[in-house]
Amino acid sequence: MAEAVDYKYIGTRPVRPDGVDKVTGRAQYGADPILPGMIHGRILRSPHAHAMIKSVNLSRALELPGVHAALSGADFPGGIGDEAIGGESGGTMSDLAKNVMARDKVVYHGQAVAAVAAQTPQLALQALKLIEVEYEVLPVVLDVRAAMQESAPLLDPTCITKGVKPEPEKPSNVVSVTTFNRGDVDEGFEQADLVLEREYIVPMAHQGYIEPHGCVAQANEGGAATVWCSTQGHFEFRAATSKLLGMNMADLKFIATEIGGGFGGKTVVYLEPVALLLSQKSGKPVKMQMSREEVFRATGPTSGTYGTAKIGVKKDGTITAAKIWMAFEAGGFAGAPTGPAAMAVFSPYTIENFKVETLDVLVNKPKVAAYRAPGAPQSMHAFESILDEAADELGIDPIDIRLTNAASEGTTAPYGPKFPTIGFVECLEAAKNHPSYKAPVPEGAGRGLAAGFWFNVGMQSSAEVHVAENGTVTVVEGSPDIGGSRASMCLMAAETLGVEYESIRAVVGDTQSTGFSNVTGGSRTTFATGMAVVQACEDIITQCKSRAAATWGVDDDQVEWEDGHCVPKPGVNAEVKPLSLADMAAAAAKTGGPISGRASLNAQGAGASFSVNFTDVAVDPDTGHVEVLNFTAIQDAGKAIHPAYVEGQMQGGAAQGIGWALNEEYIFNDDGVMQNAGFLDYRIPVASDLPMIDCEIVEVPNPSHPYGVRGVGETPIIAPLAAIGNAVAHATGVRINELPLSPPRIVAALDAAHKA
Amino acid sequence: MSGVHVTTTVNGDAVEFVCPPNEPLLDVLRNRLGLTGAKEGCGTGDCGACSVTVDDRLVCSCLVLGAEVEGRSVSTVEGMADGADLHPLQSKFIEHAALQCGICTPGFLVAAKALLDRNDDPSETEIRYALAGNLCRCTGYDKIVRAVDDAAKDIRKAKAKAATKTAKAKAKKAAAK
Repeated sequence: MAEAVDYKYIGTRPVRPDGVDKVTGRAQYGADPILPGMIHGRILRSPHAHAMIKSVNLSRALELPGVHAALSGADFPGGIGDEAIGGESGGTMSDLAKNVMARDKVVYHGQAVAAVAAQTPQLALQALKLIEVEYEVLPVVLDVRAAMQESAPLLDPTCITKGVKPEPEKPSNVVSVTTFNRGDVDEGFEQADLVLEREYIVPMAHQGYIEPHGCVAQANEGGAATVWCSTQGHFEFRAATSKLLGMNMADLKFIATEIGGGFGGKTVVYLEPVALLLSQKSGKPVKMQMSREEVFRATGPTSGTYGTAKIGVKKDGTITAAKIWMAFEAGGFAGAPTGPAAMAVFSPYTIENFKVETLDVLVNKPKVAAYRAPGAPQSMHAFESILDEAADELGIDPIDIRLTNAASEGTTAPYGPKFPTIGFVECLEAAKNHPSYKAPVPEGAGRGLAAGFWFNVGMQSSAEVHVAENGTVTVVEGSPDIGGSRASMCLMAAETLGVEYESIRAVVGDTQSTGFSNVTGGSRTTFATGMAVVQACEDIITQCKSRAAATWGVDDDQVEWEDGHCVPKPGVNAEVKPLSLADMAAAAAKTGGPISGRASLNAQGAGASFSVNFTDVAVDPDTGHVEVLNFTAIQDAGKAIHPAYVEGQMQGGAAQGIGWALNEEYIFNDDGVMQNAGFLDYRIPVASDLPMIDCEIVEVPNPSHPYGVRGVGETPIIAPLAAIGNAVAHATGVRINELPLSPPRIVAALDAAHKA
Repeated sequence: MSGVHVTTTVNGDAVEFVCPPNEPLLDVLRNRLGLTGAKEGCGTGDCGACSVTVDDRLVCSCLVLGAEVEGRSVSTVEGMADGADLHPLQSKFIEHAALQCGICTPGFLVAAKALLDRNDDPSETEIRYALAGNLCRCTGYDKIVRAVDDAAKDIRKAKAKAATKTAKAKAKKAAAK
């Protein structure tokens, strides 16, 4: 492990620069801008989960006084290519176009079919009722197993499965099969003392951000436009909107408002191209905001899965072979997170023989979008559950069986590369030494433990750092701040420049005022954008050293940067006074003008982040209610720049994972209509459902980041699914391999176990 | 549909507006009065992001009609700070990192203030149940509960200080007599 470094600012917990605006109601989110003459757009959505669109007639809606524009799929340019959407969500641009506005077919209930813009939101809703759409209803398929049958209705009759050889001759609903192999699994299972094989089901779940999608678009008559939107990546939103509308990207200014949660779900466009086209047609600024029902029916969610897992283990706990097969619901269009699911599932372990196959399967449900560690919660739920069951059977402690097989530096990851320094063993040891793990399990309760892993990504980021004339500093970044990242950027700038945190402020620039940056996603912002901020500050230091050298009449390399000052190297012209950043700024006019630094990069060397979670739960056998008595999240952050916001990621991810494990699921009727499209029936955890979430941040620095950052956002959601499941199994003595562990499912499982 | 003329008080100021009889208070606040601090997270009273108080009673402003606040007193997050001084809850939310994205924060602050106004020494369980009508997807509630608890401490301290001051002043007055 690298030695701990003492930092002056990094690792402290100052208040965030945007805090006051967010506690006073001043901060502007996607639905908050109010423009003069603004009108309101609404979307007409398909009442069928699978149908051909025969015709769309907008004329009666347009006749309603106060309606300024209406559109359907025919109003969008055609010929959108099959290039990948990019960012964190799967799929192609042509599918994205149809998901924004259907053309000749709808593939899920709630898909956008037409839109209007009118004087008031109420009038727009009234106008939607006047739009006439003729459908030819098709049979619906909702379950991945049914969708893979030869007799299943085809969502895309041109879909030939990729990733299987020989290439199938007939179309099917299976878009692709992703496979990773190592060694010989059959031989591995033969070497085992214990072999288990189980089925696992995880339901479709929603990101559940509290802010519905919202935006305001204002087009001008010359072809230019400004869009205010709630987004994880305004550059990607600009690119997609430009593509879908055939507009010149240079004419588009996208302003990222504050964002009310995303978790992956705000990495792709839904409303922005529609609002902009309505603005072009009406000549007025158009605000669009989804209802919560629309958010559930037509955005997000993540895939439900059906899969099987098989494990072979020796008496000493060594895993000899492992196999996962898992079908993922893509929704109506291709793009389930099958790649990362397959790559992640065995990553915490050294396994000589494994095979993992994940399938991207079309079903008549909403098109899935990225959700925090896309794909990993589902696949790792299966493996972390079966590994726990194996440990139980062999009488091995769940931490010990993981330590026996744990990946460490030099282990070849299942997806190819050798791991550099990683912190999985450190997380397991932290769990073992944790007072809550050493404490006895409360009477009548059960304890469960599981691990999590996420790759983290780098990708492209830009940052500019401007020194004002008095030496205060503005950091301009292109990464929307969802969870306090402005504070982290300021901390890294303070540390690098050696100036007070309070003299630095960070702002998120719009697409015309800062360099390109990919989405805030993939746990990349503090890592990659942070790296850009550090490099931009280093650029300033280089410039300052050069200016000081010129001032002192020495060579550039005779000046050093020390604690926020230019100082001569020992032995060089010792008479001069050190120059602070404020001194440099005050003298800027005489030394070459304003001081600004910049950096744009494609960050390499993202460090994987491992976690270990454990929890004690009590189960009421009569009602099936699960009470989470305590929950401990341990995770390797590399280096926590602002520990409070690292803990926040761990606690929030744990709460989402607990919700998914215990309550959250999409419920459809046979026609493919979601039955619980509201927060009353799609129940996310509330304050009274949860205990305090204890956090322990492990710090095994990432050697590829100047301050050791790994990225922490995604890993936290993974382990809770199996940790809760394993705890319920230990509390009740019954293994339930289908989530959520809702009261009726638990009662049914306990009843069945008693009868048996 | 002809509008309803409403005279009311919002954050201590006399306010008049005209709105359709079926328009929710939330839309009035946001679209007619420009007070966008209250947020629409669901429109059905399930998430609490639009929490305000009407005559000191905590409500979801999406479930109250604008016309219903005639003659009443409405308080929103915009009215919480005292001039340039943040309310202790506002300070503690920032200090404890009790917000990440911040969209639910105005509702939580209004709901937490309603709790502390009637009980300035709530237990953790009381805090959790009082805030159970407010959804947060980012924080797991841990830091929110701690911030409310810490703000309650500040409020109790301030009250004790004020009480001591009053008592001292009374004693002084009595001695002078």
